[in-house]
Amino acid sequence: MSTAPAGNASAFDVNRVRDDFPVLHQQVYGKPLVYLDNAATTQKPRAVIDAVRQYYERDNANVHRGVHALSERATAGYEAAREKIRILLNAASVREIVFVRGATEGINLVASSWGAANIGAGDEVLITGMEHHSDIVPWQMLCERVGAVLKVLPINDAGELCMGELDDLLSERTKLVGVVHLSNALGTINPVETIIRKAHAAGAKVLVDGAQAMAHLNVDVQRLDCDFYVTSAHKMYGPTGIGVLYAKEALLEAMPPYQGGGDMIAMVTFEHTEYNELPFRFEAGTPNIAGAIGFGAAVDYLQSLGVEHIAAHEQAVLAYATGKAREVDGLRLIGTAADRATVLSFTLEGVHPHDLGTILDREGVAIRAGHHCAMPVMQHFGVPATARASFAAYNTFAEVDALFAALMRAKEMFHV
Amino acid sequence: MFDLHDLYQEVIVDHNRRPRNFGELADANREAEGYNPLCGDRLHIWLKVNNDGVIEDVRFTGEGCAISMASASLMTEALKGRSFDEFQRIFDSFQHMVTADLAEPPDEETLGKLAVLAGVREFPSRIKCAILCWHTMKSAVEGRSEVAKTE
Repeated sequence: MSTAPAGNASAFDVNRVRDDFPVLHQQVYGKPLVYLDNAATTQKPRAVIDAVRQYYERDNANVHRGVHALSERATAGYEAAREKIRILLNAASVREIVFVRGATEGINLVASSWGAANIGAGDEVLITGMEHHSDIVPWQMLCERVGAVLKVLPINDAGELCMGELDDLLSERTKLVGVVHLSNALGTINPVETIIRKAHAAGAKVLVDGAQAMAHLNVDVQRLDCDFYVTSAHKMYGPTGIGVLYAKEALLEAMPPYQGGGDMIAMVTFEHTEYNELPFRFEAGTPNIAGAIGFGAAVDYLQSLGVEHIAAHEQAVLAYATGKAREVDGLRLIGTAADRATVLSFTLEGVHPHDLGTILDREGVAIRAGHHCAMPVMQHFGVPATARASFAAYNTFAEVDALFAALMRAKEMFHV
Repeated sequence: MFDLHDLYQEVIVDHNRRPRNFGELADANREAEGYNPLCGDRLHIWLKVNNDGVIEDVRFTGEGCAISMASASLMTEALKGRSFDEFQRIFDSFQHMVTADLAEPPDEETLGKLAVLAGVREFPSRIKCAILCWHTMKSAVEGRSEVAKTE
């Protein structure tokens, strides 16, 4: 049997982390909540909840146009959040940090604006076999619109990219490469630096989908040298409905606007509109101010724990869970990449993932069952769905034990 | 509070493990396909209907969770030898049972063994699993060509 490692005495104290998250301290169907659906969305620490509440209680006003105290405070809070995100990503300038609704909108913005201006008939967009639907469909839509071709870098049976095929798929026709940093369905951490270097050598730009990555990995956009990086706050302890697009300033400067409206303009007449400067040119309409401020608080929280400390803790929990999984008869791990994080995706012979999800739920254990918005990944592995446990900073070894105890109950119930 | 065993009764577990009337029907004269895009459940139903509108034989293939497999298996057992009119009556009764108030007992006279699926009421996210086969069956009975969904 796998046994849980003794609690290490390092600076990372998971029980103190748990104290920061009010939602964790509840029972579901009479059982303590074991929240293992973090790849779908993470829970929010009190600091984030308080930041959003305080904004609404003290500072609520519209940004960028008020001459009164509240508007100035709201604007300062909103722009301070942008600066925090710039620092976290190590972007060169806040002009490169565009607030969006989430990673999905970030990708759609790039596909609509940069894509429409730079990708034409016969050009190619290269994505990978483990992209989330949000990094497939916008490119498919663009390719259909302009007559470009969508190509796919395949994955192997461990759930790793077939990097040996990358050189053959890149050509002078490749205009953009879209790659997920950390796969939500498999947990694979992709070698994005190598991909970016090779794509650039072929003359292509690279968009990295970091929706899953930022709560688990240190990301430095200048060191990566990516052209676009997108992420969502809600998967890194922040609110839903807010995310960020990082883009190199020279690219953003040349991109046509995405949506028209207020805040993105400098001057409007019926004959002509002059657009605002960066990044506001891409933020039409009143933005999600409270969300951005909550996002900023989430960045503070993440940095107070230290992404590398969180990652080390999660790796230990994932390794423990993986060890236990290998001892379960009929359990098939989906995604066994050498370099992976946070995600334990699996099927259990004789128990469909949805039944497993329901049974675990009644034991207080929240997991995801389904295709994880990555149907091509499911097709590759020949399964309609998987069960997925995904770990965050606040998950414990005892919670892994609860997961496997519930799993055994499911097996018992289904006589397998 | 409902127990998990209200949902996963032995009859359901058994029909999931050994679905009845599973496989293609060589001399079918009607068929339909059902798909639940949310969870990927897929069903194909074959019918042999005689000139009097009686379902002489019905078989199915597909993949899905225990609820959808068992529901389809139990449905084929219940419908063999039934007329279209009887199918419609059982369809309505089944649909009512899985969406009715928790306190309301199922109409066992109409539903017979199908009443074991009453437990899905307590699990709103799983109701669609139980009724996909019924909608697919309805498509087959009505001779519609589009893929059946539970919406």
